[in-house]
Amino acid sequence: MASNEPTDIVPADDHGTTFTDPGTAVERADAFQNPGLPPHQLRVTDKDPKAAKRAERVIVLLFYVSVIGSVFAMAAYFAFPIKPNDLGSVRLNNVFIGLGLAFALLAIGIAAIHWSKALMDDHEGIDIRHPVAGPPPVQARAVEIFRQADRESGFNRRVLIRNGMIAAIAALPFPAIFLFRDLAPAAGTPAEAYSHTLWKQGTRLTKDPTGDPILASDVTIGSVFHVIPDGLLKSDDMLEEKGKAAVLLMRLEPGDLHVSPDRKTWNYDGIVAYSKICTHVGCPVALYEQQTHHLLCPCHQSQFDITREAAVIFGPAVRPLPQLPITVDSEGYLVAQSDFHEPVGPSFWERRGDYNV
Amino acid sequence: MAAMNSSDTKPERRRRGRRSPLASVALVLTGLLITGGAYALMSAAAPANASVDLSSAQSIQQGKKLFAANCATCHGLDLAGSSSGPSLIGVGAAAVDFQVGTGRMPLAQDAPQAEVKPRVFDETQTLQMAAYVASISPGPGIPASSNLTLTGDATKGAELFRINCAMCHNVAGAGGALTEGKYAPNLMNTTPAHIYEAMLTGPQNMPVFNDQNITPQEKQDIITALKTQNKDAGVGGFELGSLGPVAEGLFIWIFGLGAVVAFTVWLTAKGH
Repeated sequence: MASNEPTDIVPADDHGTTFTDPGTAVERADAFQNPGLPPHQLRVTDKDPKAAKRAERVIVLLFYVSVIGSVFAMAAYFAFPIKPNDLGSVRLNNVFIGLGLAFALLAIGIAAIHWSKALMDDHEGIDIRHPVAGPPPVQARAVEIFRQADRESGFNRRVLIRNGMIAAIAALPFPAIFLFRDLAPAAGTPAEAYSHTLWKQGTRLTKDPTGDPILASDVTIGSVFHVIPDGLLKSDDMLEEKGKAAVLLMRLEPGDLHVSPDRKTWNYDGIVAYSKICTHVGCPVALYEQQTHHLLCPCHQSQFDITREAAVIFGPAVRPLPQLPITVDSEGYLVAQSDFHEPVGPSFWERRGDYNV
Repeated sequence: MAAMNSSDTKPERRRRGRRSPLASVALVLTGLLITGGAYALMSAAAPANASVDLSSAQSIQQGKKLFAANCATCHGLDLAGSSSGPSLIGVGAAAVDFQVGTGRMPLAQDAPQAEVKPRVFDETQTLQMAAYVASISPGPGIPASSNLTLTGDATKGAELFRINCAMCHNVAGAGGALTEGKYAPNLMNTTPAHIYEAMLTGPQNMPVFNDQNITPQEKQDIITALKTQNKDAGVGGFELGSLGPVAEGLFIWIFGLGAVVAFTVWLTAKGH
């Protein structure tokens, strides 16, 4: 093609192999040849007036189906009113109005597509892409506009003002950085916040959600208690703290527990407490099977063996659940001996790797 | 003439009537209705509250006979258990009523866990066995009907259910999978008494939730919440078994994306 000027639709036969990719420095000898468009094929509706008539009827019918759908939706609004305190009526109302509107929209869409595919002219045409660069007169005019604006505003002449403006705009985002700092914990680094929970020496184990303390004698064999630390319900950021401090309390036959030497005093007569936060990605692990003593995480099927200090026996978790050392106080209530000895939950960047070595 | 007429037309009509395809449909429908109706009557009649005095010597004696004949092979004549069945000492009447009353016991086969089946023993026999097991050593008793009135606090019960039960039984009580073929059963059709007894006794791999952990009032709250939830019609379209993201995701992947793919193929296909 001779000209680079934008053109309207050109006939397909004229579609040139004359354009070469401007990025191709070397034309390969065996370059892929543009096969051009396949020959145009007539549709059934082009050849057979009866078929065209049939398609026309179908399209008209679809548009009227859409009208019926709209009318149906309006009728359903009155036929299935929402009655107060009757959730079933909400459901009927939603279903029938929705069905009416769905048919109304779907029928318009299908009719439009069918119309364009079956009846509208379908001769292939090529719309040549316009060149990215404008023609020289347009380019010259653009440059002229910029020059004029520069002249009139004095942007390049009054350098002090320009620099002042740049400084003002550059300084504007900085307050946001300081505001975002509030997303991190107030005291200490986020890593420190991850590493500690509300548990400390003497904190009573209490029931979730009532906050009642738990007598060791109430935890019968085979029992599971969902536990939160005493005082959690009154703490300022209750949910954040619960997300770290939630504990599952179980009682097994003391003989079933395989206790390592440094954890001899961590259980109380077969009562053990483990963090409920999965070490994989932090789901609450609480599917306890009281006969197999396996604890299953519902999110990714990690399994922990409570008889062997919550060792991972299946699934993507790589570390055992942290154990909370517990004992009883003078009144017989279960209390923590200390905080967890390692951060609970999934790994994070600054987590030391040597906790379980 | 009249006689001839009738003999001519009657067989004609009859033959047509019998050959009508609707006749067989009607026949099948009638049969189904009769069977279903009879079944509904029978099953409605079954749980008529049999009154058995759990402490009477006679029921204990009856229960002992039933136990020796049906349970002792695995659980031992002295309830001490064997290699094929656990000890029943201290399980109480509640455990017997739950296990036998839901048809889980007697066990049909060695499987990952005992399944709910049509019950083998009627209410009276179940209670007699419960009386016998409870007479050997004390354990949790069958809950009083005053604890099962469904008049608890459904809001509180729902919170307790979400904390203590929903991780296994699903937030709507639809049940869920555990490890190695075990599962937490669907609770939607479980009777209040059986739900109560399950919490109290911790059947199979379910942990125990004794009265100090979840008080009788809280247990009633939980049952009230479950039954209230089952009664309410959903407002959000199809529930797909209330199974949550797996069922819903599968549905939208297959039917939603399937429809999108089909539409796309149709849109881009050449008209012909």
